[in-house]
Amino acid sequence: MEQNQPAPNLRRIAIDPVSRVEGHGKITLLLDADNHVHEARLHIVEFRGFEKFIQGRPYTEVPYFVQRLCGICPVSHHLAAAKAVDQLVGVDELTPTATKLRRLLHFGQVLQSHALHFFHLSSPDFLFGFGSNLAHRNIVGVLEDYPDLALKGVKLRKYGQQVIAAIAGKRIHGTAAIPGGMNKSLSNDERKALLVDIADVVAWSQEAVTLNETIHIGHPENHAFATLTTNYLSMIGVQGEMELYHGGLRARQADGSEIFDQFDYCNYGTAIREEVRNWSYMKFPYLTALGKENGWYRVGPLARVNVCDSIPTPLAEAARLRFRAFAGGAYVHDTLAYHWARMIEMLHCAEAIQMLLHDPDITGTDLVVAQGTRRAQGVGVIEAPRGTLFHHYQVDEQGLIEKANLIVSTTSNNQAMNESVRSVANHYLDGHEITEGLLNHLEVAVRAYDPCLSCATHALGKMPLQVELISATGELLNRVSKNMDGVVECTL
Amino acid sequence: MTNNTLFIDGQEIPFEAGQTIMDAALAAGIYIPHLCHKPGLSPHGSCKLCTVDVDGRSASACTLPASNGMQVDNNTPALNEVRKTLTQMLFVEGNHLCPTCSKSGDCTLQALGYHFGMLDGHFPPFYPRREVDASHPSVMLDRDRCILCELCVRASREVDGKNVFAISGRGAQSHLIVNTVSGKLGDSDLQTGDMAAHICPVGAILIKDHGYEVPIGMRTFDLHSVAESDVASPVTLKKTEHHDA
Repeated sequence: MEQNQPAPNLRRIAIDPVSRVEGHGKITLLLDADNHVHEARLHIVEFRGFEKFIQGRPYTEVPYFVQRLCGICPVSHHLAAAKAVDQLVGVDELTPTATKLRRLLHFGQVLQSHALHFFHLSSPDFLFGFGSNLAHRNIVGVLEDYPDLALKGVKLRKYGQQVIAAIAGKRIHGTAAIPGGMNKSLSNDERKALLVDIADVVAWSQEAVTLNETIHIGHPENHAFATLTTNYLSMIGVQGEMELYHGGLRARQADGSEIFDQFDYCNYGTAIREEVRNWSYMKFPYLTALGKENGWYRVGPLARVNVCDSIPTPLAEAARLRFRAFAGGAYVHDTLAYHWARMIEMLHCAEAIQMLLHDPDITGTDLVVAQGTRRAQGVGVIEAPRGTLFHHYQVDEQGLIEKANLIVSTTSNNQAMNESVRSVANHYLDGHEITEGLLNHLEVAVRAYDPCLSCATHALGKMPLQVELISATGELLNRVSKNMDGVVECTL
Repeated sequence: MTNNTLFIDGQEIPFEAGQTIMDAALAAGIYIPHLCHKPGLSPHGSCKLCTVDVDGRSASACTLPASNGMQVDNNTPALNEVRKTLTQMLFVEGNHLCPTCSKSGDCTLQALGYHFGMLDGHFPPFYPRREVDASHPSVMLDRDRCILCELCVRASREVDGKNVFAISGRGAQSHLIVNTVSGKLGDSDLQTGDMAAHICPVGAILIKDHGYEVPIGMRTFDLHSVAESDVASPVTLKKTEHHDA
């Protein structure tokens, strides 16, 4: 899509609409008369078509339609939709085996996504430096200089994918959840095969936590990088523990004070509203209690590790305590600490997988419960790798979808990513000159959130990115683009 | 050469009076690709995937009676290329979204796509907008996926003793209709146990509130190629409950 703006400051804005999953990032900076950054925006030029085109489809298809939102975290969309569909068919509780299989599936998903994000995509920034040689700042460079680390990262992701494949039949876009349960049990052979490497997976995850802890604590200059003091939203368990699959919602202010706790996510519409702004396809959710201006919040690993009271696996809990100690017991607001928190979660997933594989229920064959009275609405919420994920469906009497609303994790982080971009632009923009180093600093800020912008972020760190420098009079001063192949070019 | 034999790709096979080439081939365990043919129902000859060359002329194997000494070319690169093109045309005429279709893995059209090595639709998709009829309490009609094979039409008339379905319109406007005043499936006498409710080779007629119950790896065409599933003994063939009857 191309858009012409009216004269006299005619300029062309190239927008490349892509799917929700595979999007391009576009950042615009507005300068005042003194060339100070007046406005910084991260544009997600993706179109949310899914909510529209699943209308009229039978509810049974929904978990399979919506998992195609993403190639990185399809399981999260699949399970969020499946939870909503359970409600539609009047099922409130699954069999123990089905619940544990879904949890195992989800832990595999989060583990592989977190491993992918840190090792493949973000580790080059920290191992080589934000402004280091572009040609080397990628996973191949990591493989050359830190082969042991890189291979462990690859194996961690592979393991998570193996967990998914064992349950869903495929590593990506398999079939698993059906209304009221699961379609396949885990055989004892499959369980044994997954147990072979699990001890290594836990050990490697522990190493990854230590590495991130060391990097973050050892680089004070990173602490303020893109850092924001924000509200946080996360799902939690009944004891306030970290919970990725099912629980209540907890929202806390930056100082830890409560906004709501153990909130029933089926009523999410009263706690969270979505604001539409005319320059982005992505909405801006906010906490109703705090209003549009102050109600924006962050989700994802940083939010989850901050707001939970504990993590129900020992190694991850020990890591969480060190994380909280870093901030003197208060919340850690450092945006780059997202990576540290992410690795703590990866460790939690590895430990949880290990526990579930030793659970006798996991190889059970009682997979589906009888459907109850049909309901007109279903809401499914899950903690996806990138944060709290909401799926809400309404069906008609014939079982066809009438309306759908999805709030994906990246949407919740929309305002925060914009603020982080603004923060980095303020600190690192040097005159009118835009360098590749600046571009990568902006990318590092966005990347910390692991946004589902696209496979761009998930394309070996070569996120296509466009930065425009606009003067106070609207004149386009400079435009620098970084293409999918990593080539940076000035287009003015 | 004995009486009542024909040759398919040079292989001599017997046939009985009244059999078509397809009948004889199936009885001999020779696979001739097809979509609209089903033993026990009257031949239809609409999908044209069973096109063979008979003594140098093209014909539908499911409708042409076998005759003595007939020389039939079936499994040739040229014919399979034409069949692949026909399959591509069937795909682009409807909205066949295999990744999300609950028939995936049990769909004969999909299996034929694999069989012919089809890598894309080749032709521009039509993206038709056709009515989904979910008015029946237990059976759903998704016309986007209908390939006009008329298996449901014939099964309803010839086996179920009803007259639930028909094809209306001509040419590109041909479409599946329900023989009720309202045109709605919910007003028909179709029942879940009817053959017509289960015979669809694609995902146009589906049992409601079901789907995806059979895990990947256990679906009909995960276990068998379309050729195997066609000529194998029913005793040895594992068909999932969602495979066409």
